[in-house]
Amino acid sequence: MSTVNAPVPADPRLETRVDAAVGRHTETPDRGGLGKRVWWRHLLGILALVWALFPIVFIYSAATNPSGTLNTASLLPSGFSLSNFDKLFSDPARPYWSWYRNSMIISGVGALAAVFIGACAAFAFSRLRFTGRRPGMLALLLLQMFPAMLALVALYVTFAKIGDVLPAFGLNTSIGLILAYLGGAMGSNVWLLKGYFDTVPKELDEAATVDGASHARIFFTITLRLVMPILVTVFMLVFVGLYGEFMLASIFLTDVENQTLGVGLYGMTLGNDANQFFGQFAAGALLASIPVVALYLAFQKQLVGGLTQGSVK
Amino acid sequence: MTKLTALVIKWVLIALALAGVLWVATQLAIAGYTMAVIVAGMLGIGILAVYGTRRNVPLKYLLPGMLLLVAFQLWPIIFTASLSLTNYGDGHLISKEETVTDIIAQSVREVPDSPRYRMSVATKEGASATTGDLVLLLTKPDDTMFVGDTGGLEPLPADGVEKTTTGKITKAPGYTILTAREVNARSKDLSALAVPTGDGGGIKPVGLSEAFEGKPSVTYDASADRLTDSSTTPPTVFEPKNARWVSTADPSVAFPQGWQENVGFANFTRIFTDETLRAGFVKIFIWNVVFAVVSVLSTFLLGMLIALLFNDPRLKGKAIYRSLLILPYALPGFITALVWRGMFNQDYGLINGALGLNVDWLGSPWGAKAAILITNLWLGFPYMFIVCTGALQSIPRDVREAAIIDGANAFRTLRSIIMPLLLVAVGPLLIASFAFNFNNFGLIYLLTKGGPFDGNDTSIGSSDLLITYAYRLAFSGSAPNYGFAAAVSVVIFIIVALMTIPAFRQTKALEEVN
Repeated sequence: MSTVNAPVPADPRLETRVDAAVGRHTETPDRGGLGKRVWWRHLLGILALVWALFPIVFIYSAATNPSGTLNTASLLPSGFSLSNFDKLFSDPARPYWSWYRNSMIISGVGALAAVFIGACAAFAFSRLRFTGRRPGMLALLLLQMFPAMLALVALYVTFAKIGDVLPAFGLNTSIGLILAYLGGAMGSNVWLLKGYFDTVPKELDEAATVDGASHARIFFTITLRLVMPILVTVFMLVFVGLYGEFMLASIFLTDVENQTLGVGLYGMTLGNDANQFFGQFAAGALLASIPVVALYLAFQKQLVGGLTQGSVK
Repeated sequence: MTKLTALVIKWVLIALALAGVLWVATQLAIAGYTMAVIVAGMLGIGILAVYGTRRNVPLKYLLPGMLLLVAFQLWPIIFTASLSLTNYGDGHLISKEETVTDIIAQSVREVPDSPRYRMSVATKEGASATTGDLVLLLTKPDDTMFVGDTGGLEPLPADGVEKTTTGKITKAPGYTILTAREVNARSKDLSALAVPTGDGGGIKPVGLSEAFEGKPSVTYDASADRLTDSSTTPPTVFEPKNARWVSTADPSVAFPQGWQENVGFANFTRIFTDETLRAGFVKIFIWNVVFAVVSVLSTFLLGMLIALLFNDPRLKGKAIYRSLLILPYALPGFITALVWRGMFNQDYGLINGALGLNVDWLGSPWGAKAAILITNLWLGFPYMFIVCTGALQSIPRDVREAAIIDGANAFRTLRSIIMPLLLVAVGPLLIASFAFNFNNFGLIYLLTKGGPFDGNDTSIGSSDLLITYAYRLAFSGSAPNYGFAAAVSVVIFIIVALMTIPAFRQTKALEEVN
């Protein structure tokens, strides 16, 4: 696990842009102060925390609220009861654990595949020289400007047709949805990955080549190990992104058994049931948040490094 | 790992990939997609050429990503563009030939004394019982068995088939027979189903377990391209018009079946010339731009202020503040949007309750817009906070000191030194954020679904973005119009490109300074 916690280099673009604009980048150890006291900063900081956290406290209160409806939910917990969780787990029309499992499988498999595909592409772009390398990189950047979801109609029709011939890969299947997500696997992360691959010294490859290692051996046994930190970062960015994806999932997954957490929980908040099911919904939301929040808190450093490079939520 | 094992693994993987391609090709061939079989064959040859030889090293690494990119990102874009030139959608999903066969089969009337079939309703194995295409398993009185669907009638091999004494098939390999309840649930699909037989006739179900064979009352004259329905007196003649068969005598009489047809730029012309659509489109576009701009500016401003607040080396506990402030961003977006919707509820919601207000947040046009902006501010400020903190830390101390020595006060330092440097650093991210918010489908859909809607116009909501509008055209309502939705998507493509490409150019130029 030691490699996992290795820091991602701070965003080169942020710093180079500032350095370029300033014209220098030496830092003096002497720290002159602005403002005399810090207590007002704490005061405003706590205000910011209240703004950031009150909806989250509200989710907790609603989830543990004994009566479990929206109109009885208050900001601060009014009592502690697990009845909402009980109801959530025992509702046959809303198979919560199936949703949870689907979400974990789709996000996990999708992120793993995306990292592998991205790493392969980044290795080619960083280490190999071939015609079309630069145009290829630029084309990938350009393609990212067109959000894939705008092509949702075409994606839907395509997968409906695929499903006619190969039912296991069509609409309403996890595999189909993962495939649709993987269309963007190479494009969205390759720049981030390539930047990190470039920092691994080329001399290592050359030495291994002299020793008779093939390109595949270099890739799998040398490069992939050295770039592990960025692979972890990209895995988490993709995982979190897929976990929260709603639009394609809602179009693709129509059977309640196949749905993800997002689509399933959304169904709970519709129509006249919204008030009645709010406690159950909040309980489900609370549990659904745990994996991603844990990932965020555990890997803050890597994520911050990755976020500033242009992945936007 | 020795060279030999590596070689074995490599060839096993290649063989598996080729077997997969072969399987897909077989399925495609069974379904009759000749072109797709050829593409699959080329794919197999490609895999062998790339991975089976020592050449093409870069392609070995790029091929998987490229295939997925072409299939599920590039192709949908091209397909969207081509769909936008058609009328593809509800009532126009099939080809013209298919409408003719379908209409003729639908018009089948039972011929007196013709045989009745025993019938079981099934779906292909693996297809859903609630949505899969229906298949009829038929037994003639002489015990010959057939399988029929909208494509036609074929003999059913007797191997593995089980039937009752009356001849009703209860089990057939490759098919899942629906229970009476499942059939009942699909009675509408069943009554619309007619199996065309070779001689112009058709087989139609009667009830749930019998079917009759009959002759059609409609005939098709291919040379004149006319349909004639002889069940009326006098016979009605139908001509093709606007991708439907319309009666020559009375233009309001037409068959429900229409076909997919190339309509050129009609969808685009409609967006820009149809009075209500154009007004709606302009309204949506303005709100879309306002939404994206205000979202970026408000989140950036709040994020920057908090970053400045914590940008003091003497402040303790910054790590805790940061971990907690990141939480809104860490929660899955669908959860926070749905929770905010609950909080904005007029009657029971937390916001009206806690502030003593009675604002109809999600039910009034301005309330919905305000609710969306507030929610997006909450969702987006942590990202800007993180980004600004990073940028502020990379601004060298001595630049500020120089400003202080030159007599600048804190505000002046902020305005003339920090802000410009910060903007240079985060500029591209702001543009990316704008492009993202411009198509922020999830937030709008989960919070308001684009609504509220004006009483008489249910197609254009007051908080709709272009993307939610296109989505509604394609996927909700009783008559999805894929072609028109694709045209709207193409227009959004063009708008987004026109707005972001120059901005990216600008920042590229900034980056190339160093």
